[in-house]
Amino acid sequence: MSEHTQNPKAEAAVYLKTLIALLVLTAITVGASYIHFGSGAANVVVALTIATIKATLVALFFMHLLHDKPVNAIIAAAGFIFLGLFLMFTLLDFDTRDNLQPFNMHPQVTTPTPAPTAPEHR
Amino acid sequence: MSTSPVDLQHDPHGHGDDGHGHDDPHHQHHFTTMEQQFDTSKIGMWLFLATEVLLFGGLFVGFGMMQARFPEQFKEAHEHLQRPLGALNTVVLLISSWTMVMGVLSARTNQRKKLVIYLLITILCACIFLGVKYFEYSHKYEEGLLPGHYYSHHGDKIPTVNGANGYATFFSFYFMMTGLHGIHILVGIVLLAWIAVRGNRGEFNSSYYTPVDLVGLYWHLVDLIWIYLFPLYYLIS
Amino acid sequence: MAQALTHSDPHIGDRPRPAKNYLNATTGIWSWMTTVDHKRIGVMYLVAVTSAFFVGGMFALLVRLTLLTPSHKLFGKVLIDADTYNRLFTLHGAIMVFLFIIPSVPGSLANFVLPLMLGAKDVAFPRLNLASFYLWCTGAVLAVTSMIFGAVDTGWTFYTPYSTTTQNAVGLMTMAVFILGFSSIFTGLNFIATVHKLRAPGMGWFDMPLFVWGTYATAIIQVLATPVLGITMVLLALERVFNIGIFDPKIGGDPVLFQHFFWFYSHPAVYIMILPGMAIISEIIPTFSRKTIFGYKAIAYSSVALALLGFLVWGHHMFVAGQSELATVVFSALTFLVAIPSGVKLFNWLATMYKGNISLETPMLYAISFILLFAIGGLTGIFLGALSTDIHLTDTYFVVAHFHYVMMGGTVIAFIGGVHYWWPKITGRMYSEKWGRVGCSLVFIGFNMTFLTQFFLGSKGMPRRYYNYLEQYQPLHAFSTFGSWVLGMGLFITAAYLFASLRKPMDAPDNPWGGTTMEWLTSSPPIEHNFEEQPVLEHEPYDYRPKVKKHA
Repeated sequence: MSEHTQNPKAEAAVYLKTLIALLVLTAITVGASYIHFGSGAANVVVALTIATIKATLVALFFMHLLHDKPVNAIIAAAGFIFLGLFLMFTLLDFDTRDNLQPFNMHPQVTTPTPAPTAPEHR
Repeated sequence: MSTSPVDLQHDPHGHGDDGHGHDDPHHQHHFTTMEQQFDTSKIGMWLFLATEVLLFGGLFVGFGMMQARFPEQFKEAHEHLQRPLGALNTVVLLISSWTMVMGVLSARTNQRKKLVIYLLITILCACIFLGVKYFEYSHKYEEGLLPGHYYSHHGDKIPTVNGANGYATFFSFYFMMTGLHGIHILVGIVLLAWIAVRGNRGEFNSSYYTPVDLVGLYWHLVDLIWIYLFPLYYLIS
Repeated sequence: MAQALTHSDPHIGDRPRPAKNYLNATTGIWSWMTTVDHKRIGVMYLVAVTSAFFVGGMFALLVRLTLLTPSHKLFGKVLIDADTYNRLFTLHGAIMVFLFIIPSVPGSLANFVLPLMLGAKDVAFPRLNLASFYLWCTGAVLAVTSMIFGAVDTGWTFYTPYSTTTQNAVGLMTMAVFILGFSSIFTGLNFIATVHKLRAPGMGWFDMPLFVWGTYATAIIQVLATPVLGITMVLLALERVFNIGIFDPKIGGDPVLFQHFFWFYSHPAVYIMILPGMAIISEIIPTFSRKTIFGYKAIAYSSVALALLGFLVWGHHMFVAGQSELATVVFSALTFLVAIPSGVKLFNWLATMYKGNISLETPMLYAISFILLFAIGGLTGIFLGALSTDIHLTDTYFVVAHFHYVMMGGTVIAFIGGVHYWWPKITGRMYSEKWGRVGCSLVFIGFNMTFLTQFFLGSKGMPRRYYNYLEQYQPLHAFSTFGSWVLGMGLFITAAYLFASLRKPMDAPDNPWGGTTMEWLTSSPPIEHNFEEQPVLEHEPYDYRPKVKKHA
């Protein structure tokens, strides 16, 4: 097998350290959710960034991507990249939909006709 | 690369001299070596995981779009979710991921008993997760926080306008995403139990532990999805 | 050299036909139902998709029959009313897309030929291969069931809000599509793993036949795009059952969001349809030009480029749907970009034929037809990708003509050509070359009669999916309908002589066309384990130089 274990104790230590890091990051993200970072969007960014760090740790160490053949990491990355493309282009549509009128529309302004004046008596 | 021909007609299993023990009962005939078979299985599993990422990802995209449509309702609806329970479930799944990878290591180092124990703890963690979820779901049911037209909660700040109930949509997504995730946990429990039974029978060792590794990868993906679900549903307010 | 199996082996043409091949190695229906042999699975797929093509084709003929006159009267009576008509075109589309064209080449021809071309004994996951086939069967059963329980009239695109609120069998059909999606995913998964790990000794990535490159690129799309179709069907079904509020505007949803979800898969899906067709053409052209392919790497890279770029253009189906202007412009620009790799291939095939030693057997006739018909289809796609013209042409018969030219004039023509090309390998028999030419001519003439007309119909304003139309369109509609009869006849004749060839004795040679790829090294039909000895690659792909050196 390609993954002949050279040093199981060292490997187990890596796994344990990864778990501890993940638990610490979980505590951080829960704590951070109680702090208001300005706008709501900032909280989302912080939370998702921490989540991505955790996900990367799981992928690299628990799922062995760090020491595995590169093709597996490429496949994993492709899944996320294409999901990102789907999200990005859909947002491109949704976030730029403010114009309900065409750019070249000239709104019709009707000047009210003046009230007929009383006919002048000759 | 070796060009020594293998006579396939008389040796249809093509074992030849691969140096890895051609008597392995798990060696499939179309692979030349067990290593090739293992590497191929891994690629196959990663491809499947990529499809899962896109499957769940679609739900994340839908959630994101609906969040943009009903920002206030979604914000308020978030408050019904209990953060401590979500955090507990996160911790439970992370621990189960650790026990899983330790199980794979045990299989790879011929430690049969440890493998079974780690797998059983993983299953236990999965059951705890589902138990907490059941508790959460029943709470939602009591409060009327149900998906779609079953939504019957009172006391929401923003009234429903023209049939558009952002709260109902939020809980539709909540149940869809945690539900689909829960189904994957259930399937995972079945797979873990199957691996545990086979492991107990001594089927896995340092030269053949592929099923343990593959189930492990699946289990880590289930954890990965929750790593994203947790902040999105429980931590954003 | 030891007895490695190569094209220059002097005994290669003299071997006796093996008594047992993959067809008769084991007998009985159970041996077929439980087979994990990629060749048998390929044959079963071939029968399955051809049956689906027949059913979908029948619906097409009925659609065209309805449109023969604006009054829809046949023999004095209206036989097909508007509701039935809507179901007919919906089912024609759904069956053709999901049950026929997407699984067609990957499931049947690629399944059979790809492992042979790689010098492998099977695909990476043979049992998964069988599972893919059974998933297809399950999807087919569900689709047929949906037809019995009210059928679907939403159009194959299931646009919301009609599909979320209508009271017919949308639920059953979405389940069918979901399951068929997984059939496709597993096939793609299998091929990617096979191409990465099961190549013959000496075969690097740039020694593989271009059919493998095309199938590999297709498989990438199958794996990455289809899951989104799956989740779209789930969301559609849940919207119907639970009113979750994602797509139905009446409860706060966005119908355009459905279109984003749907087309994120369905546009790459059209590349799932065309790439295998192009892959077949890349095999036929060099063989029947007796000349090495022009620009091997360009064709290989363009296959992958098409697969990847195809993910970036889905919004061009939504130009008038309510998408934002900025997104519309971006998608239009990317659509122009995605045309480039297709153009590269077309020019390379023509350059291959130039100064080649061309012979016009039936597979080559289909390949040349492909080049012409796909060129028309692809170019008309550009008209539709340009925003100013799309405003007028969208949802007209112009679109219908465009996609029939690329899907039928492209993929189906290539598929039929590929079936002819590999027929001796799969069945061990040769078909009648004379009838092959008859069939191809009728198909070509009938196809153009049917669909060239529709470009004119569309540019004159005839909308698609309409049951009623104005009198002025009747001559063109009638001509198109007559064309459909010629096309139908050509296809029927093709099926008939292919079927008839099965009654002849198994006497096809190992390599009737003088091909240079590895599938021609084995017997026709192949033995169960594909090769008697492991084939070893000894030359570049498509090397037609003579193997035997002349002595001065």
